[in-house]
Amino acid sequence: MTDVAISVRDVVRDYRRPRTSLTKPGSVVHALRGVSFDVARGQRFGIVGESGCGKSTLLRIIAGLDQPTSGSVQVGGVEISRLPERRLRFLRAQLQLVFQDPMGSLDPRMRVRDIIAEPLVAQGHRDNISRVHELLDAVGLQPEAADRFPHQFSGGQRQRISIARALAPDPRILVADEPVSALDVSVRAQVLNLLDELVQRLSLTLVFVSHDLSVVRHVCDTVAVMSRGEIVEMGPIGDVYDTPAHPYSRQLVAAAPRLQAALAGRTAAVLAAETLAARALSSNASSRNAVSRNAADSDPKPTPPTPEQTTPPPKDAP
Amino acid sequence: MNRLSRGAEAVMPPPGRRSRAGVEATLLVGGGIVAAITVLALVSLVWTPYDVGEINATERLATSSARHWLGTDKFGRDVVSLLMVGSRTTLLVGLVSVGVAAVIGVPLGILAAMVPKWWGEVLMRANDLLLAFPALLLAIMLTAVHGQGVVTAMIAIGISSIPSFARVVRSGAIGVMKTEYVVAARAAGRRPIAIALRHVLPNVGSLVIVQASVSFAIAVLAEAALSYLGLGAPPGTPSWGRMLQEGQELLFVAPRLEVFPGVAIALAVLGFNLLGDGLRDHFDPRLEDRR
Repeated sequence: MTDVAISVRDVVRDYRRPRTSLTKPGSVVHALRGVSFDVARGQRFGIVGESGCGKSTLLRIIAGLDQPTSGSVQVGGVEISRLPERRLRFLRAQLQLVFQDPMGSLDPRMRVRDIIAEPLVAQGHRDNISRVHELLDAVGLQPEAADRFPHQFSGGQRQRISIARALAPDPRILVADEPVSALDVSVRAQVLNLLDELVQRLSLTLVFVSHDLSVVRHVCDTVAVMSRGEIVEMGPIGDVYDTPAHPYSRQLVAAAPRLQAALAGRTAAVLAAETLAARALSSNASSRNAVSRNAADSDPKPTPPTPEQTTPPPKDAP
Repeated sequence: MNRLSRGAEAVMPPPGRRSRAGVEATLLVGGGIVAAITVLALVSLVWTPYDVGEINATERLATSSARHWLGTDKFGRDVVSLLMVGSRTTLLVGLVSVGVAAVIGVPLGILAAMVPKWWGEVLMRANDLLLAFPALLLAIMLTAVHGQGVVTAMIAIGISSIPSFARVVRSGAIGVMKTEYVVAARAAGRRPIAIALRHVLPNVGSLVIVQASVSFAIAVLAEAALSYLGLGAPPGTPSWGRMLQEGQELLFVAPRLEVFPGVAIALAVLGFNLLGDGLRDHFDPRLEDRR
């Protein structure tokens, strides 16, 4: 199985809430309840779900920044879920992250040059300035940007810096956590196109997390829909988008703001009417969901997706 | 500032009662007092109106005059000269004790924020223990062991200022450790030491400066108290606290011998406190856009 970049098996992550009583332990939150999937080399894998569904926890575990309570995670065939942080150096060279908040993910007291060179310095490289200029060029920024501080850039530019930093150690896998959610709609498409182009040019494997299905559709070929710590549906993006099988996916599709439409120059009135229609649709979906949730009480598993829409990972994988 | 962050500021509560102009005024007054004391201390190194070691029996307890602006003490020493030389002791004790406290307290606070939570708690409880220990008692103990002196006073004040540094830095460092740029540094493969030095320390720097200023004010007061009790500067070393002690027996004969050093101490404490307050507000991100 050499063409599998990331393999996630039955990953469970429980958090214990801080105790509220002296005698009783704090209650347990199940952030992830047995998540399994494979990402093939070169695949563009999207993960969608509402906030709090566990997608960021999943990302942190894949990136080796958090440990699963149980289950296994392999990146490039190496098990990472039990390794201490100091033994993850191979992972840092292979897998890099782009974060959501373009302000918060760049140290305000460091120059862009030092920010971008950070993964290089951490891996023992010296004299990185030419590499920094090369990276700035790759993300469409001027070389002069290297000497400035993050607050001197706009949100979109800062996200480009963040992407340049992620690409610095020449990783094979790029993990993006809601990289455009904090950006203006007008800048979103530019940053998405940049990501798209870089993933293509450097033949990277992409894991892209978003709450916005239309954004995922823009860059990904496969999508997993997450709800309450589980993957409820998984398949090629077109299929899930056009004929969502799970009620939750339907709700997501209905509620997704229409980026394409907005970019196509629809007027505010048209968009407003569409939003109203979408809202009506989604409230229908949520009442349907309520019914199915009642039905699911007797059966704790979510509605099984149709076979052709899922790529169930083999349970007996080596 | 870009459009996004301006939008975020719009929903934040309006910045406190103090306006940017008020903050500037606080900084200016506090900084001015501190600068004036520093200049006096520096000038006293090369020139004072009279030699403070010189005892002049003919001019004992002189009142204010053109020769002695603030009069003389019971040994005939010029009060202006004494105040000037005394400010050296005040600044030296403040600098060294704040330095001791910062050098130990800042790494301790960063460490407590970066180690696993349980260890951090253990460190902070040990810190609380030190905080609960009276500085005066520590000074008496150290004096008993090492004898009276300015150095003993500096170390005692320094040690008892460690907990406040550790506390302030830890809370700031916990905030920094939660930011995405620290997560990004971990993802980049940075070791904890590098994260502490390159990310945490620069980003808690403003907290340290503010705490240093506030601790300095406390140190000035503590030095005066220790010298007054005979636990600080020994006889012959001019210090504002010592001046208070020496003038005490003449409180009803020459009250000005208490008033002048008292005013000097109060002014110094006020100056450092105002400077600390001003700096804190200056670093307040909610006022940042008007800088």
